[in-house]
Amino acid sequence: MEHLISINDLGRAGIERILDRADEFGGVAAREVQKVPALRGRLVVNLFYEASTRTTSSFELAAKRLSADVITVRSEGSSVEKGESLKDTIATLDAYDPAVIVMRHPRAGSAALATRWTDAAVVNAGDGAHAHPTQALLDTQTLRTHLGSLEGCSIWIVGDIAHSRVARSTAAAFTLMGARVTLCGPPTLVPPMIDNALGCTVTHDLAGLGEADVVYALRMQHERMRGGDVPSLREYSARFRVGLERMRPGQVLMHPGPVNRGVEVTGAAVDSAASLIPRQVSAGVAVRMAVLYELVAGAERAHPAGGEVAA
Amino acid sequence: MSGRLAWRGGEPADLTILGGRVVDPRENLDSVLDIHLRGGTIAEISEPGSTAPAGDAFDAGGMLVMPAFTDPHVHLRTPGQEGKETIATGTAAGAVGGYSQLIAMPNTSPAIDGPDILRGILARAAEEAVIPTGQMGAITLALKGDALTEMDLMREAGAAGLTDDGMPVANAGVLRKALRYQSLVGLTIALHEEDTSLSLGAPMNEGEVSARLGLRGQTGLAESTMIARDCAIAEAEGARIHVQHVSDSRSIDAIRLAKERGLAVTAEASPHPLLLTEGACSTLDTRTKMNPPLRFEHDRLALIAALADGTIDCVATDHAPHSLDEKEQPFEDAPFGVTGLETSFAALYQELVGEDKLQLRTLVERMTSGCIPFGIPEPRLQVGRNAEIAVFDPTCSWVAGQGGWASRSANSAFAGWRFGGRIALTIAGGVKVHTLERSGDRS
Repeated sequence: MEHLISINDLGRAGIERILDRADEFGGVAAREVQKVPALRGRLVVNLFYEASTRTTSSFELAAKRLSADVITVRSEGSSVEKGESLKDTIATLDAYDPAVIVMRHPRAGSAALATRWTDAAVVNAGDGAHAHPTQALLDTQTLRTHLGSLEGCSIWIVGDIAHSRVARSTAAAFTLMGARVTLCGPPTLVPPMIDNALGCTVTHDLAGLGEADVVYALRMQHERMRGGDVPSLREYSARFRVGLERMRPGQVLMHPGPVNRGVEVTGAAVDSAASLIPRQVSAGVAVRMAVLYELVAGAERAHPAGGEVAA
Repeated sequence: MSGRLAWRGGEPADLTILGGRVVDPRENLDSVLDIHLRGGTIAEISEPGSTAPAGDAFDAGGMLVMPAFTDPHVHLRTPGQEGKETIATGTAAGAVGGYSQLIAMPNTSPAIDGPDILRGILARAAEEAVIPTGQMGAITLALKGDALTEMDLMREAGAAGLTDDGMPVANAGVLRKALRYQSLVGLTIALHEEDTSLSLGAPMNEGEVSARLGLRGQTGLAESTMIARDCAIAEAEGARIHVQHVSDSRSIDAIRLAKERGLAVTAEASPHPLLLTEGACSTLDTRTKMNPPLRFEHDRLALIAALADGTIDCVATDHAPHSLDEKEQPFEDAPFGVTGLETSFAALYQELVGEDKLQLRTLVERMTSGCIPFGIPEPRLQVGRNAEIAVFDPTCSWVAGQGGWASRSANSAFAGWRFGGRIALTIAGGVKVHTLERSGDRS
């Protein structure tokens, strides 16, 4: 694998390979010295055109635990705001000879475009509403750990599908791992033909939720809402808020965070034993370590820092 | 009327085009003939070898000899964006594609929205244009959709017609005023049909591809409902309208209905929606980003059927040059538009005529009808006429864009396509404006 742009770059075998490696890296956090030398002397650049505390910190920590040097570039106050093109920004960062550029950008396709202008491996940390493959990997890891396997399992993704890169990437990953995915939300927040596009079932009614093994609630992204896609959050919540009263025992709850308690999901559900949300967060670092390792050490096994990964 | 086309002219050709298959459906011609040009005029059309050639000879054996093409919709980017295209380079691209007449859009910087600037552009065309070129004037000042331009003074200055192309006339009241005022002016009003409350300026079609990629999509309703609205207003006011770059099957239904009701409406379609669908946008190649966007296969098939039955009157390329810097951006940030003049006939001949989806004679008619809605006579292969001729070599295989473009820009949706045939010779206004250099690329 040269870059990680979308989950489809991996396929099922690739997902399993990375998650197996993440299992190994998962032990690193438990050690006294929480580091392995795999990426020593290599540079990881985080390039974030959108603020995201949790994704940036998760990637920074993953890179540091692999002993890489890390710099984080945010668009605020940078040359980007002075109108520099993506091409020139990437070319400038490329001059530092990074091993990996981790990129978050508000436009679909921007990470793929960046690969044209750098020799570094590019990790897509979110491009518009298109893809967020490391989120999908950590979600898959969380479920794999909890359920053993996703084969034949029914997963409902509920909420603002239209504006969600998480929905697209997790749906693709879950499907590749053998799960059946249902997308549920108001018609104005579910794009036409997305069932064909992603190979999922679409419903606008939460009544059938009992069928699900896993309920994956999406953040209601008010900042992205254009032209009043729902009349009010109150009305949205009345029809689509996930809560314990709508779930059946044995179901588990997931959410990519940050949670709007009381909007897309009730606080009680978030705090309940059904919630896997804290596990998603902790899976993030190990999964991102595995991705960085795969892209750098995995691609050049002869590299001196490679080979001796085992935690 | 053709006084409204300006160009630099040239030396009238004394030339005999020998032994080509001469196809002009309007003249009932489809056989192997010689065409003799003297002083730029078609002096004789005769059986092969029956008259000795005077002057130069062009061996058109195995080639198609047609009336040259006319394009009612090109962007020459002058004034203001000459880095993308100039009148000289855009019209040279037309010559390479077999065209003898182009009509340029007024959405320049600044817009061509008054008689003085329009006169200035036509004066520039008289110096630079390689083939005869007309200039549209805007319907509203600065294409803002509010105040009407000095439409009649622009007519006097030589405008080919009126359009706010690039922008719809969103306000129905303003459009109604323009269409009522048209009776005084007489110029055809060409309409970019888009309800922006439905299209939302989205970068591609609303469909499976936009759903997968997480991009906002434009529903075809943005076009079809606007066409239905404007046809209703035009019918009530007895106006003459031309519908630009049709892309959606329901738009075709609306145009067909309007024509059945006797409305003076004409319509154009571009090679891209005739040959490509939204699937071409899957890789987010910005050379597939255009407005209206590439749509579904059923829209494409409906468009081909409409081109065949005449609901769509003519092919227009909507040649829209953009610089590499602008197109080398994320899909949403890149500007709409693709070039088209240099590939249109080769692409449509190969993909429609070659695949038996359209008769050659129909394609020739649609390629040559573009100026008719604007009162400019179509090219014909007729003795006594100033020669306007395109010769196509169906055996000359080439890869589009390899070896560069005559256009100043390279944003072609067909770049990298291999075409089996190519325009070998173009005569415009009696002057030889393009000859293909046959540097061994004849297969």
